[in-house]
Amino acid sequence: MVGVAESDFGTVPDKTAFELQAQAATRAITDAGVVKDDIDGLFSCGHADGLHVLQLAEYLGLQPRFLDSTLVGGSSWETFVEHAVLALEAGRCSTALLVYASTAKSDVKRRYRSSDATFMPSGINQYEVPFGPTLISKYAMVAQRHMYQYGTTSEQLAAIAVATRKNASRNPNAVMRDPISVDDVMASRMVADPLHLLDCCLRTDGGGAIILTTAERARSLRKPPVWVIGAASAESHYSMAQMEDMTISPCARSGPKAFAEAGISHKDVDVLQIYDAFTIMVLLSLEGLGFCKPGEGGPFVEDGKLTWDGALPMNTDGGGLSSNHPGMRGLFLMIEAVRQLRRESTAQVPDAKVAVCNATGGFMSHCSTIVLARD
Amino acid sequence: MNEDWYLPQIDSESEPFWAAAREGRFLIMHCRACDAPYFYPRRYCPRCWSNETEWRDASSLGTVYTYSIVRQNPAPPFRDWCPYAVVLVDLEEGVRVMANWDRTLALDDLAVGAPVRITFETINDEISLPRVRPA
Repeated sequence: MVGVAESDFGTVPDKTAFELQAQAATRAITDAGVVKDDIDGLFSCGHADGLHVLQLAEYLGLQPRFLDSTLVGGSSWETFVEHAVLALEAGRCSTALLVYASTAKSDVKRRYRSSDATFMPSGINQYEVPFGPTLISKYAMVAQRHMYQYGTTSEQLAAIAVATRKNASRNPNAVMRDPISVDDVMASRMVADPLHLLDCCLRTDGGGAIILTTAERARSLRKPPVWVIGAASAESHYSMAQMEDMTISPCARSGPKAFAEAGISHKDVDVLQIYDAFTIMVLLSLEGLGFCKPGEGGPFVEDGKLTWDGALPMNTDGGGLSSNHPGMRGLFLMIEAVRQLRRESTAQVPDAKVAVCNATGGFMSHCSTIVLARD
Repeated sequence: MNEDWYLPQIDSESEPFWAAAREGRFLIMHCRACDAPYFYPRRYCPRCWSNETEWRDASSLGTVYTYSIVRQNPAPPFRDWCPYAVVLVDLEEGVRVMANWDRTLALDDLAVGAPVRITFETINDEISLPRVRPA
């Protein structure tokens, strides 16, 4: 991983999602020290209706020989890294561009889209859509079950939002920077019981891009390379009723595989980037990755160890809960992980050598775990 | 948006399920090859891919696996239903289904682990939707 960049983010009403992707891509090649004509692999999915990756390639003036547009939700970009490494090692491309943007916030204001992702009640959706399960309520059902089974409390979930806000307060680009308390989270309005407003990620505009290249080429570029030393994915379900045990994240399967490939154990991990669309997503990910035992996530997080200066620094840019969340956020986890390993973070973990990114897509449906390291 | 947009779009695979729903019966599927039930309806068993599968009447009795009370949904008609509860019920037969807590009942009686029964609310000539009530 040799180049990372965000586009403008937050509220960006004057730019299209295509433009934000072009902006992020140009910034990422500058960061990497490569040029546009080096790019022969393109990995993206998202905003464009139909044949997204063809529309995007055309907009960017690229005709890549390797394309991937796997769409599994927010974890798609971690999955792209897994696929890009395979393609680079197989010689199917030499410089891969991963890119994403959306104008999710401005589109709601413009009434181009609803504030909840709406699915039509056809096919397998006909057994759930008629009952009005919002995206937030799907994750709320996960939280409700975890609370029932293990006694997890709303205050413990709130501690996750409080820790990431503390991290965001050091990031000048984060959208929400004012410190919050557990009481603030508890006092925020209930959106879908038991999740409060501050248990939920932001909705912002914005995008990002990452450049990957071969190990050989990476050593000669501008910045110290960040190595992908482990990658694995796991799928679970689509319909909520098909998630067999709602307290177990798919990362309970992808995590151990990625750790084994990387040859690391938990004590080797200096910094974590965990997809945090909702606080409960973080809790299940920490348990699934084995940082604590199943059911013990509540007590594990309540002491505040997830702050940048804590025992297990997580989401040091502020995450989706406080920095930005333009629809699908997986790519941003890896941008911050690379910055940590290059000593460029605004909440730098001293001497960070190994970073783990774990992204969740869909409705706790899919996870990809990526292990990154510096020399 | 048409107010009926949220109603199930019946297809050849789901037609028997919604036909039974109109009669107030909850159907699940059973695989004769692996002798086990499953839901939602699919012609091929998702476990063993056998097409030796059949419809069976469920008891309509079960327990609440989990639920959420939705307090915000911009899409009609749900916008006007708020707060309403989305419930996942583990039926006695061993399958899990989603349905709404009967909106004529108080939300106070809804709890994880509570014994419940599935009934049907007639929406129109074609569609009756399952509702969850205390058993």
